[in-house]
Amino acid sequence: MMNYIFGALFVISVISAIITGRLEEVSNSILSGTNEAVKLTISLLGMMCFWTGIMKIADKGGITILLANFFSPVMRLLFPDYKKTSPAIKAICMNITANFLGLGNAATPMGIAAMKEMQRENPKKEIANNSMAMFVIINTASIQLIPTTMAILRKVHGSTSPFDVMPCVWISSAVALLIGIISAKILEKRG
Amino acid sequence: MDKIGPFFLPVLVLLIVIFGFTRKVQIFDVFVEGAKDGLESTFYIIPSLIGLITSINMIKASGALDVFTSFIAPFANKVGIPVKTIPLFLLRPISGSGSMAFINHIFSSCGPDSFVGRVTSVMMGSTETTFYAIAVYFGSVGIKNTRHTIPSALCADLTGFLMSILLVKLLF
Repeated sequence: MMNYIFGALFVISVISAIITGRLEEVSNSILSGTNEAVKLTISLLGMMCFWTGIMKIADKGGITILLANFFSPVMRLLFPDYKKTSPAIKAICMNITANFLGLGNAATPMGIAAMKEMQRENPKKEIANNSMAMFVIINTASIQLIPTTMAILRKVHGSTSPFDVMPCVWISSAVALLIGIISAKILEKRG
Repeated sequence: MDKIGPFFLPVLVLLIVIFGFTRKVQIFDVFVEGAKDGLESTFYIIPSLIGLITSINMIKASGALDVFTSFIAPFANKVGIPVKTIPLFLLRPISGSGSMAFINHIFSSCGPDSFVGRVTSVMMGSTETTFYAIAVYFGSVGIKNTRHTIPSALCADLTGFLMSILLVKLLF
């Protein structure tokens, strides 16, 4: 998918530059774009490292496990096929907590572990069961406590208060998650 | 939020450091270890950002983005969606670095504290790279038929987008 979009962006911009006579602007934009990408990454780098460092302290202190226990009752409602002590529920809770804390690097392996646990009890190995679908839907609408990358990007571009959109982010993702869960519950009955 | 803003980060850092201390974490060593992870993952996105920021810059410079937005403007205005956010709406579920590249373009042309800047910030913060997550998780166990996953996930994404516009209109 991304390959087509990437290709289309180039084709469309060069063709439209020929039509509108903006070839020189496009030529300049290639030079400035590459430069801008590197500059942007460098300007994000310090704050990204600081933040992943701080979050690693929280993680090593066991915050993921603490919060995962806190989320566990809700998860059991959403995944009724699994018992409280099942490894699947544990992996699901850990993954969702890690996502909540913005620990993306840690969340993905836990999520894959959760999928493998769910697949073990899945009768049809090529078809997703309700729990797997629910798990992935929750992941795609993930709630993040502090949207770090976005806040840093805002700061880099001179925002006076990069964190002021956070309440909007929380409400918006909570509503999106709710709609995702409700639509999953409705659609899963259709087979 | 203006009053809480400046306190937020320092207080959060303080709480995490105290939490680490009480749990006997070697905080400096662990901090350095974590920062290395950040270094790695930030550098890791450079190649895709070079490709995508450049192609988005080209599309903008060629005038094609203006043609696209003026084409959908009448429809978007009728529904109340800011026209400039539409490309993000299309890009967000497919590519994380692509949407980051687009947000970078919005922030540098409109400013992060403008209406469009805030709406795109909330959109970026409250949605995920849906198709990437679906590919990674179902791919890891060899599931071919994902049933209702994609419709439900896109439903959630659409909700996130519309809520972002609504909330920024209401709260700012």
